[in-house]
Amino acid sequence: MKPPVWKRRTSAQSLLAWFSWLLLVAVAVYCWKAMNENTIWEFVKDSPRQIAEIGGRMFPPKWDYFPTLLKPLWDTINIATLGTALGVLLAIPVSYLAARNVTPSLWVLRPIAMFLIVASRSINSVIWALLLVSILGPGLLAGILAIALRSVGFVAKLIYESIEEVDPRQMEAIAATGAGNGQILTYAVVPQILPSFAGISVFRWDINIRESAVLGLVGAGGIGLQLEASMNNLAWSQVSLILLAIFSLVGLSEWVSAKIRHAII
Amino acid sequence: MLEIEKLSKKYPTGDLALTDVSLSVPAGQLVGLIGPSGAGKSTLIRCVNRLVEPSSGSIRLNGEDLTRFGKRRLREARRRIGMIFQEHALMERLTVMENVLSGRLGYVGFWKSFFRRFPGQSVAEAFKILDRVGLGAFPNKRADALSGGQRQRVGIARALLQNPDLLLVDEPTASLDPKTSRQIMRLICELCAERGLSAIVNIHDVPLAQAYLPRIVGLKAGRIVYDGPAQGLTPEVLTRIYGEEDWAKTERSEDEEGAGEQETLKVEKVLEAS
Repeated sequence: MKPPVWKRRTSAQSLLAWFSWLLLVAVAVYCWKAMNENTIWEFVKDSPRQIAEIGGRMFPPKWDYFPTLLKPLWDTINIATLGTALGVLLAIPVSYLAARNVTPSLWVLRPIAMFLIVASRSINSVIWALLLVSILGPGLLAGILAIALRSVGFVAKLIYESIEEVDPRQMEAIAATGAGNGQILTYAVVPQILPSFAGISVFRWDINIRESAVLGLVGAGGIGLQLEASMNNLAWSQVSLILLAIFSLVGLSEWVSAKIRHAII
Repeated sequence: MLEIEKLSKKYPTGDLALTDVSLSVPAGQLVGLIGPSGAGKSTLIRCVNRLVEPSSGSIRLNGEDLTRFGKRRLREARRRIGMIFQEHALMERLTVMENVLSGRLGYVGFWKSFFRRFPGQSVAEAFKILDRVGLGAFPNKRADALSGGQRQRVGIARALLQNPDLLLVDEPTASLDPKTSRQIMRLICELCAERGLSAIVNIHDVPLAQAYLPRIVGLKAGRIVYDGPAQGLTPEVLTRIYGEEDWAKTERSEDEEGAGEQETLKVEKVLEAS
């Protein structure tokens, strides 16, 4: 007797899979061509020399420039921290309105909250900063608000998703005691989302340290201002020091946020 | 005294979970609700405190029709109905004491409850009940640090702190081992007797229901197909509730899981009677 044959896919399915891969490769090749229509290959060929030259001017970094960077670095940390705090504060009511299982109004307030989340998320913080600098003038305040406005959507989206994943039986149990809606929220929902709430906030702070480092490029304060000035002056040894400083700052924030998240969870 | 009359529940999906269920539970009586999964046991007890909104029919607790109550009066009515859940439904990250005191939320304002400032009388009562269910030693332990049986005891304490007239008990032993199941059932029965509480207990374990609950209601596809004493659960009746099966054998084998002697006797008596 012939042993039974088993195949993961029928021949028609295999053929379909094969053609899908072929199509994917064809699209990739086409995209590559379309993307590079405007590339001037002479410049690209030249790039190793350019890298060597700029790299050479960057090295060694201008260490005695460092004290001037301390204030802007501190500003950058402040923009990120205050911006995150403000963003998280604004995100709390928005996520409450957006979470399907607790929202007080599914057809009016929830769509508004969803719109706020999408609006905040679809605009990059550099663009928020550009807008705010032209409204408020350059400085830290514009940076803080830009970070906050960008963070609201991100934080609110993640919080409302974790609210929607809450164990509904705990809400039932509290409702069954005759508790009001506010009590159901503080007893059954808040304890369940608290760890992810803290994790999300710290994660966003970590991202915001990186984002606030470039906000200075558009005049919203922080280390980015120095970066732009140095690049405009072709002071490459200062640029390399600034990049090193940003790198260390980001590394530090990553370490801090990992520590905090570990402590919470 | 709970009187359910012609209660029906149709879910938005079109499923008829309950059809014309009428049931009356006098004060102090314990009723076991058995039936196959999906028979509507859970829906029935959730309709009583309107965690599920009934589609039609009336539910009268001490003469008042709960189905007609608005939000505020419903909350007041829920304070008098304790509920014990399958897999306890405790707030895992809160302490034992917070979980027990949550039974008083219906009586305490939002900010008082937010800052955990419960009246001294409630706290004293909570300690007393915790002692009674055997958990007096660790009010400050987090709920997720307890064993399954201990958690269910906290759930029982929470329901009792409401000082209810009626207990709704939804599969209290579903996640517990046979020995703990019996301890929990015994505890629930004793507490109901001490306080003169009536209770409706959803339970899928027939021998356990027979051992502890004097009156059994059998539900099948949303209709009551048996309502009578636990001794009346003959193989014919079980077939009416669950469908064809060799009931004599099933009962014996389930019973071997570590039943106390008394309970074994009871079940055997039922078998003899059939």
